[in-house]
Amino acid sequence: MSDAALPRAATSRAPVGEALAGLMLTLPAGIAYLVLLLLPTLAAVTLAFTDYELGMPALNWIGLDNFREMLSDRGFAIALRNTVIYVGTVTPLSIGLGLGAALLIEAGTRGRAFFRAVFFLPVVSLTVAMAAAWQYLLHPTIGPLNALLRQVGVTDPPFWLSSSDTVLLSLAAIGVWESLGYNMVLFLAGLSAIPRELYAAAEVDGARSAFDRFRLVTWPLLGPTTLFVVTITLIRSVRVFDTVAVLTQGGPNKASEVLLYTMYREGFTYLRLGYSAAITLVFLAIVLALVWLQTKAMDRKIHYG
Amino acid sequence: MAERRIAFEAARLGLLGFFGLVVLAPYIWMVAASMKPLDELFRASLSLWPERFHAIENYGRVFAEVPVFHYLWNGLVVCGGILVFQLMFAVPAGYALAKLRFPGREWVFGAVMLGLLVPPHVPALPLYIAFSKAGILNTYAALILPATISVFAIFLFRQFFRALPDELVHAARLDGMSEAGIVWRVVLPNAWPAATAFAIFSVVAHWNDLFWPLIVIEGPARATPALGVLYFRSDEAGDDFAVLMAAAVIMTLPLVLAFLFAQRRFVEGIATTGLK
Repeated sequence: MSDAALPRAATSRAPVGEALAGLMLTLPAGIAYLVLLLLPTLAAVTLAFTDYELGMPALNWIGLDNFREMLSDRGFAIALRNTVIYVGTVTPLSIGLGLGAALLIEAGTRGRAFFRAVFFLPVVSLTVAMAAAWQYLLHPTIGPLNALLRQVGVTDPPFWLSSSDTVLLSLAAIGVWESLGYNMVLFLAGLSAIPRELYAAAEVDGARSAFDRFRLVTWPLLGPTTLFVVTITLIRSVRVFDTVAVLTQGGPNKASEVLLYTMYREGFTYLRLGYSAAITLVFLAIVLALVWLQTKAMDRKIHYG
Repeated sequence: MAERRIAFEAARLGLLGFFGLVVLAPYIWMVAASMKPLDELFRASLSLWPERFHAIENYGRVFAEVPVFHYLWNGLVVCGGILVFQLMFAVPAGYALAKLRFPGREWVFGAVMLGLLVPPHVPALPLYIAFSKAGILNTYAALILPATISVFAIFLFRQFFRALPDELVHAARLDGMSEAGIVWRVVLPNAWPAATAFAIFSVVAHWNDLFWPLIVIEGPARATPALGVLYFRSDEAGDDFAVLMAAAVIMTLPLVLAFLFAQRRFVEGIATTGLK
């Protein structure tokens, strides 16, 4: 991750043939990058300062009006708050459970491949289809979860996805279920990179209990992995869209309105592309801020190694 | 000591088993519900096994009402198309960045790093406008094009190619191979682990994607499996969870089967691409 710096080669003295080949080989990717990524991104930034709607003949510059509207838009405020709650729930839980699963799997020899597959299964399952399965599981009247709750004596179990009190919690639970296997795999890779001798050395130095060895060896050496997992989980959960689009469409009563879903609806249902682009910019700013924080934390981490 | 180890192993397997069961719960109930008649679902009993076996009717209705194979075919075309273009763009660029000196290389690499920061949702709006003006909404092209350029793939291949020995490239040059020939016939075959890892990452991501297909596709003609389930859920199935679960099982199965057959590759693929 750290060898981003290019070798200090004197590009000006490169043989002509090699320089030509280099340019030719990067040209197709360069054109695609320009047309499909860079220009559309710049266009999105531009759109955010217009009131463009699909079918308008020209762009109408309105400065910061979209962002001003956002400040007074109750729907946007709710979407932002819900996204923060969702991310704040999914990130710690899916990382904690992912790490727990990885440590438990790594701690013994039996069933390793089996349990790894079980926890990873949601990552490769079609999200839309599994969302339907969750909808059945969490159904207020015919769902197995509430049937179980009634069996053990809960008289009026929650309505889960159909109640504004529990909908965000239910979506977060699905989010944790979806991403804990992914985090587990990343932690397993991080764990396998820790040299075995360090544990023996720690034991010689008096770290008798498993917890001591975790605290003194595993946790510090897992630091860079953990930092990476935290960032990637944050960024992935800010993008929550599929489950909301399939299960709740932001409801009931806006209780599961999230950033990308609001952006989608403003842009593609109401066709207010300018306003939608402005929401996209807020989303991009959040993602960039998270990456920036990771880089900051990385820089601090590197010194004690 | 031995007793403590056995106790520890039992606790470990017990915990893993419990959480494993929780993770599997949606699958278990999905499969169970797909084999029950609707009135049995409405009784909300906790028994997994159906009293009246209704699987043939449920699955039969899905195959009769949903163009299942058509959706799966669309998914295959889209994921395959995306992957082919991603490799065609990213492998040569990754090689050039890793092994060749050319003017502007730092700029190209800077552009790649910049591109890594932009989520695909950001260029979506302008791409939608452009595709609508070009009249290519509702086509395979609309589904495939935006994903063809993967800066992540360029980055991944550059990292991997840098680790390949220079002698490999020099020897090929001495044999009179062109640079393009070196890319496809020398470098790529030696970068197979990176290519498989990326392929798995890419297919999993695009097979599951809902955001972009939802924007550019209307109607079943070009719908991907994700859209297909969504349509069926809102149109035909309604509240018939038994049939809906049957559809969900059918659509989830292909990728899950692929995963179960090539488990190690999947896990390694996601781990390598995740940790860069």
